[in-house]
Amino acid sequence: MSSAVDAMLVMVLLLNFFVLGSSRIRSIIYTVAGQGVLLGLLPVMVHEGIGLRQAVVSVGAIGLKAVIIPRMLMRAMTDLPIRREIQPLIGFRTSLLLGAVATAASMGLAARLPTLGSAGSQLLVPASLATILTGFIILTTRIKAITQVLGYLILENGVFIFGVLLLEAMPFLVEVGVLLDLFVAIFVMGIIINHISREFSSVSTERLSTLKE
Amino acid sequence: MTEVEPAHSLAPLLAIWLPIAGGILISASGVPGLFLSRRSAGGEGVSAALHILGATAALAGAVLSLGSGSPAVLDIAWGLPLGSLRFELDGLSAVFLPPLILVPALGTVYGLRYWRQSEHPTTGRKLRAFYGLLAGSLVLLTMARDGVLFLFCWEGMALSAFFLVTTDDQDREAREAGWVYFAATHVGTLALFGIFSIVHAMTGSFGFDPLPRDAAPIGAGSAVFFLGLIAFGLKSGLMPLHVWLPGAHAAAPSHVSAVLSGVVLKTGIYGLARVTWMFPHPPMFWGAVLLALGMVSGIVGVMFAIAQHDLKRLLAYHSIENIGIIVMGLGLAMLGRAMARPDWIALGLGGAILHVWNHSFFKSLLFFSAGAVVHRTHTREIDRMGGLAHSMPVTAIMFLVGAVAICGLPPLNGFVSELMIYLGLLRTLHPEGTGPLAGAAFAVPVLAIIGALAVACFVKVFGAVFLGAPRRDHAGEVREAPAALLVPMAVLAALCIGIGALPAGVVPFLDRAVETWETGPAPRPQSLAQLAPLGWVTAIAVAVWGGSALCMIGICRLVRPHRVARIGTWDCGYAAPSARAQYSASSFAQALVAVFRRVVRPREHSPRVHRLFPRRASYRSHIHDVVLDEWIRPAIERISRLAMKLRALQTGRVQIYVLYILLAAIALVLSNVPVIDLLRRMVTR
Repeated sequence: MSSAVDAMLVMVLLLNFFVLGSSRIRSIIYTVAGQGVLLGLLPVMVHEGIGLRQAVVSVGAIGLKAVIIPRMLMRAMTDLPIRREIQPLIGFRTSLLLGAVATAASMGLAARLPTLGSAGSQLLVPASLATILTGFIILTTRIKAITQVLGYLILENGVFIFGVLLLEAMPFLVEVGVLLDLFVAIFVMGIIINHISREFSSVSTERLSTLKE
Repeated sequence: MTEVEPAHSLAPLLAIWLPIAGGILISASGVPGLFLSRRSAGGEGVSAALHILGATAALAGAVLSLGSGSPAVLDIAWGLPLGSLRFELDGLSAVFLPPLILVPALGTVYGLRYWRQSEHPTTGRKLRAFYGLLAGSLVLLTMARDGVLFLFCWEGMALSAFFLVTTDDQDREAREAGWVYFAATHVGTLALFGIFSIVHAMTGSFGFDPLPRDAAPIGAGSAVFFLGLIAFGLKSGLMPLHVWLPGAHAAAPSHVSAVLSGVVLKTGIYGLARVTWMFPHPPMFWGAVLLALGMVSGIVGVMFAIAQHDLKRLLAYHSIENIGIIVMGLGLAMLGRAMARPDWIALGLGGAILHVWNHSFFKSLLFFSAGAVVHRTHTREIDRMGGLAHSMPVTAIMFLVGAVAICGLPPLNGFVSELMIYLGLLRTLHPEGTGPLAGAAFAVPVLAIIGALAVACFVKVFGAVFLGAPRRDHAGEVREAPAALLVPMAVLAALCIGIGALPAGVVPFLDRAVETWETGPAPRPQSLAQLAPLGWVTAIAVAVWGGSALCMIGICRLVRPHRVARIGTWDCGYAAPSARAQYSASSFAQALVAVFRRVVRPREHSPRVHRLFPRRASYRSHIHDVVLDEWIRPAIERISRLAMKLRALQTGRVQIYVLYILLAAIALVLSNVPVIDLLRRMVTR
């Protein structure tokens, strides 16, 4: 089972890199949706045997991360006049480099962290940290509000991977908490996008700086 | 045979539940009005009725508790992780309750007419809601015996007072006064947090309880005492900490000013009494510090009062003065506890608490009558009033009663409490063992100077506002205040006269409070009835009242047979006198202000007059608050200029803010990981 989990986590990491290197927003949404599918399968794969808990978490995660939220974002895309992230604060190549450094650092850090480690695979913790950091890189370097939402989603995905690790130790509540958190975040971000485009007729967060006192 | 429930067990239960229920009812009194429309006047009646109902219940409980010997306790665990729902009504709490309940209840009647919904459609509902909350939290605050519960009530009081001060939020002055108050009260709350943390560290609970000597080392005890001095001194307006007080009192609606000055300041005094109650073995310098602060506050407060041009600001500075007198009494009681002198304790604390009662009655009376004047003349400038005794005779008499009382003159109540403090201070002069306390006797002349200056100040106010000729044209149109304003004043005036004539009536309450407060090793304090010549006080009051009545009758007899002509007051023989040529309040005060100019720092802009026929010129003078405007404001400006340098961090970019979050998260992780150890391992590996 471990090898399958490892393969999935490597896929997740690769998808991270794809997001970092891509400028097309539509394909980033598809990528994040794909990452959502992978994550949704994780609890079932890690904890052998499909209990009700794993099933609920899986179905919930896939439903939210891979279907509902990407759909909402796609709908937002049809309303907005943007297709690409043209001018990120840091270039795509530099982002990729940063992503590589972040992934390497998380591998290094995870090896030294005192974790449970027994459940699933050795890659679980580093993949989680790397995904969180990727989310942060997207959040700090991209300008368009919708890419910000995607960055936040990736960050949440990283948190979710960590949650999988704890699924046995901690109650089911943790998982619901993660999903709920995510849902709220999407709402907030949705409102922000709406407001930015209404008030400034643009969806660039750069314009937000005019709100500064 | 069935056990019969003893009848007396009901009394403590009622004594605790009645004030709690009353407090909750008062807190909620303004809420129904919020659901009514702006134009509806129904909310006014409902809130006043609920308030008075709650006040009656609470007052009944307080009186019941003052009558019975034992404290009433209610202790319920609540769901919060800290503290508990612990109320206790002992003698000290109960003695503060009557003025705390009575004055806001009278204020709500006053407010029916002073701040009518039909005249203030946008602010009326808000005002009544917060007014109720303020009055209710005052009642609950005095009974809260758990630190966390106390903080809840304290904040309820502080925040609702903020919204009351800024009732007229269109007015820049009111907003500024509100912010100064807001900052001041939260500095006080911070100090309260400190107190409860230290107490928790010493005893393991957040409760207010007397601490045995070994539980309270001198350092921690002093920390609690000085933090208490900051927290409660800020609330009560003790001199260097009074900065919020004049502005807030002037900006608030008059019945709110009355509650602020008459009652809210007293919670600070209650807090000081409660904190000192916790320490049965205080060092002597605590009492000395209190006495010194009281003297400074009293004398500087009255100096500033004389210089004011704004009627309500002037009354506010008098509150600072009176708080000073109260704190002097408290300081004397603390010295008494340190020296085990029960007579100092009884006279000092008894005088202080009676002055708390008296001040809340006569100061509310003064604010109510000043409010009636402001309501009719639409100005707070003393120098623009004048001659109001003709158009508002009842208000003038009410103001006069308050003024005589605040000056500490017989036959009114201010005299009684100041007499007790005088007697106590004079006892420190007793030849046996004054020793290091010789300085305490200095308080006697200080108290006398305060009284004399207060008389001068109120001669100025009464003369300029009510006597003479009206200074403005439309002052002739001014009418007497309506009954809803006069009735609360009359009740307060009756209380002032009553306590002044029959102080023996309130002495049992004071005795109970003193007994409760005295947790130290001193012998049981004597009754105030034995220490103070209360019979003489009554005799003096009767003599003064009788004498004045005789004089009045005599003057009437003398005057009646003759024809009486009405001529302008103080027209000094001019052929064409103008009302503006009258002796003004500022010129009356000028001589005294000049004496105190080193402290008061008046700003004068006087015109240059040259040649024989000088041109038109004007003179202006204004008084600012030295502590606020010369110390605190410049300091805050410097700090905020420094803080502006941090604005570079506020880039306005979401991306950068996320980066800050990331950096903070990394820092948090690193702070938990032994980094150096980790690095060393990496190097050695």
